[in-house]
Amino acid sequence: MMADSPMNPVLKLLIEGGQLSTAQMARVAGLSEAEIDRHLEQLKKDKIFLGWRPVLDLSREAAAHSAVRAVIEVKITPERGGGFNRLAERLSRFDEVESCYLMSGAYDLLIFITGPSLQKVAGFVSEKLSTLEGVLSTSTHFMLRSYKEGGYLLDVPTESSERLKVSP
Amino acid sequence: MDNKRYIARHVVELPKSGIRDFFEIVSKMKDVISLGIGEPDFDTPWHIREAAIYALEKGKTHYTSNLGLLELRRAISRYVGQNFSIAYDFESEIIVTVGVSESIDLALRALINPGDAVLYHEPCYVSYHPSVALTHGIGVPVPTRAGDGFSLNAEDIERAWRPGCKVLMMNLPCNPTGGTCDRGRLEKIARLAVDKDLIVLSDEIYSELTYEGSHTSIASLPGMRERTIFLHGFSKAYAMTGFRIGYACGPAALIEAMMKVHQYSMLCAPILSQEAAIEALLRGEDSMKAMREQYHRRRDLIVRRFNETGLKCHMPRGTFYAFPDVAATGLGDREFAYGLLDSERVAVVPGTAFGASGRGFVRASFATAYEQIIEACDRVERYVQGLGKSRRPASGG
Repeated sequence: MMADSPMNPVLKLLIEGGQLSTAQMARVAGLSEAEIDRHLEQLKKDKIFLGWRPVLDLSREAAAHSAVRAVIEVKITPERGGGFNRLAERLSRFDEVESCYLMSGAYDLLIFITGPSLQKVAGFVSEKLSTLEGVLSTSTHFMLRSYKEGGYLLDVPTESSERLKVSP
Repeated sequence: MDNKRYIARHVVELPKSGIRDFFEIVSKMKDVISLGIGEPDFDTPWHIREAAIYALEKGKTHYTSNLGLLELRRAISRYVGQNFSIAYDFESEIIVTVGVSESIDLALRALINPGDAVLYHEPCYVSYHPSVALTHGIGVPVPTRAGDGFSLNAEDIERAWRPGCKVLMMNLPCNPTGGTCDRGRLEKIARLAVDKDLIVLSDEIYSELTYEGSHTSIASLPGMRERTIFLHGFSKAYAMTGFRIGYACGPAALIEAMMKVHQYSMLCAPILSQEAAIEALLRGEDSMKAMREQYHRRRDLIVRRFNETGLKCHMPRGTFYAFPDVAATGLGDREFAYGLLDSERVAVVPGTAFGASGRGFVRASFATAYEQIIEACDRVERYVQGLGKSRRPASGG
């Protein structure tokens, strides 16, 4: 049934990945801003649209505290009846955890975490994560540098385009 | 010393491109939003660019066969077969060229004797008439009209036809009008082509960018394969304008004749562009469709805004151009375009750049980001409203 109904026009614009304001979306889609808001509300209600999030390159902002990010491969024991879900959900509730995925292959969960310092992240892994019942092992990889963030290339010099302003 | 006297007569007589002087002015201006650009605003999808880089790394820096890389011709044969329902033999019926522009030049040079006449629709791509003139042929324009979405009618072609007409050139979907032809109209044109013994040069460079209905190639209609040269390329669908890569498909004898000209002039299309083209055909469909979907939405936006502003604009069924009628403003197309540029810093191309029947229209490309289109349309609206105000006091209102 879902596949037959046309896609929410706001969702289409969101998937396209542009950065339109609701006012601009309204003009692109030929709807009123109130209608765009209504579509957004519907997407929220359906738990498809979860929230806005800025894509930041904080390495350019000296005043921002330098966050430490790490990826952790976690092996866990699945439980009868619940599989991996209960433990994965429990892990996901920690504020430090940005994202958490169940993976195929050599480990079970892949967790992205952020902390204010190396010590804090290490502390989270050794005190919280690895001590949980069911967690068999962890392997932590610290991120050294970011080249692409949420679809945006970082540190790529913007070249002045020589694209012609009028062409046939 | 007057060097000009050395220049060949037919070159002297070529009209100056209607875009050229406009371009000069725009390129010196700052903060212009340009709707005057006849190419995709997207960069070539990365996987296609990467294929060209890889080819360069692997030392693919040599000439290719005059007809083009075999692998590319195979891919073209498959693509045209699947998407246009025409079967071409990759060994003898396909030639890879430097853009469709070279294909057009080759075809005309291969076909036209001095004095032969070439029918083509107007408005049309800026090079059509000059290309014919460069082969000492005679261009015979066929008018198309906003009333039926600038589609091409067999009756109009027949009216324009006269003895000596040998070729019919058409570009559907059409730059600058976005006009297309449904199967019914094409069938009539095909019957006329057979009846008048015309060779058809069918430039289908915008065919992937068709938004309503499906694209039909005239070459796929009964009796037309043998008298059609099908021209296509990568510039528009895959955002590859700078690669300069296109191709022509047709009966072996005609392709052979084009190849003869090609081998003594261009020799072959650049190998890196050919390698990139293979990648585009094999794996480019998804990125092409994503771009088309964006053009589609931008088209709906720009056409709606022009009509709201009082500039009557038909819905272009293909391409990335809107072609609104500016007559209601009381200005001619050049006057309108120059005024808009001057007062609101928005560039559109005057319709007469595309032939006399473009008079009173301007071409606005929507191969531009939403934000730019929204802002440009607001400026156009302000300009048009300003024109209305400046006229009102004179009428005593």
